[in-house]
Amino acid sequence: MTIPEHSFDAIIVGAGGAGMRASLQLSRAGLNVALVSKVFPTRSHTVSAQGGITAALGNVDDDNWMWHMFDTVKGSDYIGDQDCIEYMCRNAREVVYELEHMGLPFSRLENGKIYQRPFGGQSKSFGTGGQATRTSAAADRTGHALLHTLYQQNLKYSTIFFNEWYALDLVKSDNGTILGVVALCIETGELAFLRGRAVILATGGAGQIYQSTTNALINTGDGIGMVLRSGFPAQDMEMWQFHPTGIAGSGVLVTEGCRGEGGYLVNCDGERFMERYAPNAKDLASRDVVARSMALEIREGRGCGVKKDHVYLKLDHLGEDVIKTFLPGIRELSITFANSDPVRTPIPVVPTCHYMMGGIPTNKFGQVLIVDSNGKDKVVDGLYAVGECACVSVHGANRLGGNSLLDLVVFGRAAGEHVMSHFNDFDTGLLIKNSNIELASERFFRWNSSTGSVSISEIRSELKKVMQSDFGVFRTGKFMEVGLKKLIELRDSVRNAKLFDLSLTYNMARIEALELENLVSVALAAAFSAIKRTESRGAHFREDYQSRDDTNWLKHIIIYSDDRISYRSVNEKPLTVPPFKPEVRKY
Amino acid sequence: MLISIYRYDYKKDDDYIMQDYNVNPDDCDGVMLLDALSFIKANIDQTLTYRRSCGEGVCGSDAMSINGKNGLACITPLASFSDNKVILRPLPGMPIIRDLVVDLTNFYSHYKRIKPYLQNDDSVSYDAERLQSRADRNKLDGLYECILCACCTSSCPSYWWNPDKFLGPAAALQAARFVNDSRDTSVRTRLLELDDKFNIFRCRTIMNCTYVCPKNLNPAKAIAELRLQMLSNKL
Repeated sequence: MTIPEHSFDAIIVGAGGAGMRASLQLSRAGLNVALVSKVFPTRSHTVSAQGGITAALGNVDDDNWMWHMFDTVKGSDYIGDQDCIEYMCRNAREVVYELEHMGLPFSRLENGKIYQRPFGGQSKSFGTGGQATRTSAAADRTGHALLHTLYQQNLKYSTIFFNEWYALDLVKSDNGTILGVVALCIETGELAFLRGRAVILATGGAGQIYQSTTNALINTGDGIGMVLRSGFPAQDMEMWQFHPTGIAGSGVLVTEGCRGEGGYLVNCDGERFMERYAPNAKDLASRDVVARSMALEIREGRGCGVKKDHVYLKLDHLGEDVIKTFLPGIRELSITFANSDPVRTPIPVVPTCHYMMGGIPTNKFGQVLIVDSNGKDKVVDGLYAVGECACVSVHGANRLGGNSLLDLVVFGRAAGEHVMSHFNDFDTGLLIKNSNIELASERFFRWNSSTGSVSISEIRSELKKVMQSDFGVFRTGKFMEVGLKKLIELRDSVRNAKLFDLSLTYNMARIEALELENLVSVALAAAFSAIKRTESRGAHFREDYQSRDDTNWLKHIIIYSDDRISYRSVNEKPLTVPPFKPEVRKY
Repeated sequence: MLISIYRYDYKKDDDYIMQDYNVNPDDCDGVMLLDALSFIKANIDQTLTYRRSCGEGVCGSDAMSINGKNGLACITPLASFSDNKVILRPLPGMPIIRDLVVDLTNFYSHYKRIKPYLQNDDSVSYDAERLQSRADRNKLDGLYECILCACCTSSCPSYWWNPDKFLGPAAALQAARFVNDSRDTSVRTRLLELDDKFNIFRCRTIMNCTYVCPKNLNPAKAIAELRLQMLSNKL
């Protein structure tokens, strides 16, 4: 069959903060941009971001982008790439002001400037000057405000939306250049080849590999799956952030901003236990530190509730006014999902899978990288990745709160700019063979003729169980090996899975089948990498290797779809400032 | 618990049927209506179709008519159905694609029509933010939080009558969001563009919008205030 072709200047897959910031940059310059999203743009997961976007504006207190950079490098447990971290922190002010000019309804200080609150892992004077106040916020709905603002700007500049279209795979020419994607219209079931000079992947995270996650149901690692299937690697896939405060039971996120505003965690004795684990930063230590401390409290029998399986986040001492003005969304979520009004009673919380620090390796322009046979980075022609699906890497082994929204807009913009400035360098005369397109649509036809008997949802739920029990906050080699074996069996069983619903109209069963393949790819990459890294660093904590090992592991792990693993060095050469050397990480 | 769901495929079916599913809430992975739908899709009927994304009431995907009242499945507790029975239908007044999925094209085009982006003719510099007083910023509360779930617009009889010309509560609410932003310099033009018999004057203060809004916003009030602003703009 022939698949119709539509040609654009650039194709962007994913309409969250990163994708829409990239498309905006291109549309505003008059380019013909197709933005492909499996959900209507404002349903993307950026909408759930709460606490804010970090930038050293200095609106409340002295601040400096270099302090922000120091905190980010330290937060990453020293495997963040310092050239990219510098780029992000230096540009933070400008991108936040841009957002404000676009109309983002930031909360305000008394003097009319953008409201900022303290967040975890922030310091002044390179860790010596106490807590910084660096995260800009629109109440506790910053992601919602940001996503809607970017959608509005894209409407203004006439980006071409392919809403509720699902990208199946990248179309790759025989010489390895990326020429577009094959996408499926969810409403009608038709396929199309969307061709562009460049493809920017902005498909977000993959928290759905875990049973308990703050992530939306749509976060299935589609971009990672596409990249792996095209023969390119993923990086640092063992690094998964567990957010300290997911509501116990439902996994719904409660922003770190709660602790930024003065809330704190208590165990069943009513003790503010973070004082023991992080005497200086206390409840505003890095997320990996807080999540681990909570898990330890629970494990040692000091959890709250009948089952002693969570701790409490206490906010009532902040007073009704602060909660209603700056944390109204949290109050709403807590009442709905925990049956607790934080004005009066604490919120039951538990560490919950939240963010994928790993992803598709890129440079600071968002260009996707592979490692050549000499161990040198090499750019993949025509392919970019930005946002959570990318691993720039600015988050290393542990992301700081508020740096994720920043990552989206800084690198979304950077990728857009790079495509613009190299617009005439892209090879437009490349021959596309039918076989290139067929390869990218193969998944669709395979599911249409699936003959097995295994249930798709069963594989998915087994996979989540394995990841939750063997690749969580605490990890041990021998348990991970057992988990990996099960994951490999699950991967094999996908071939025998059956898609019962073959309707062309809005077939979500088909989408779930296609997503399952991506979930499996991501989970396997995470498992192999986690077993390989025999040290504890950031969010990756091994009970059998409890300390950080800079001699052997100050490097990125990269992994391919055939489970082959190799390494990339960490960039320890910032662009203009002296590098930050690894130190013991204390909060 | 008996869950009765509207089933229809616009390409295949002449008419809809109501299909009943028996679900034990204890089997579901969560306490909300969306969890029951997920359970049905995973374990009983793969073909059941609905939209979903965030699962916590902020993305606006899973709006549907729940026992006759529009709401979001992900924040509607199963325990709230007192007689152990619930009837789910797609949002009213919208073309149906399949089961609980409706075509929101017209809803989105009204949103686009109000120019939902900040307009400001000041010279642009990114060296600092524009200042906005707390009092001015507070005027946006109750307006900017809309999640475009369409619960309000699809519950509005005025919209059912004039879906082509009446903005509907959601788009009107967003018009108010920009009219009330102290940073927007096109307020006069915005109000003039809204000024006809239909855009906001088709609102008959039926208040269904305010009654169903899952975010507790008040589009009816916003429309009333827009009318006042429009009048004083003319004086």
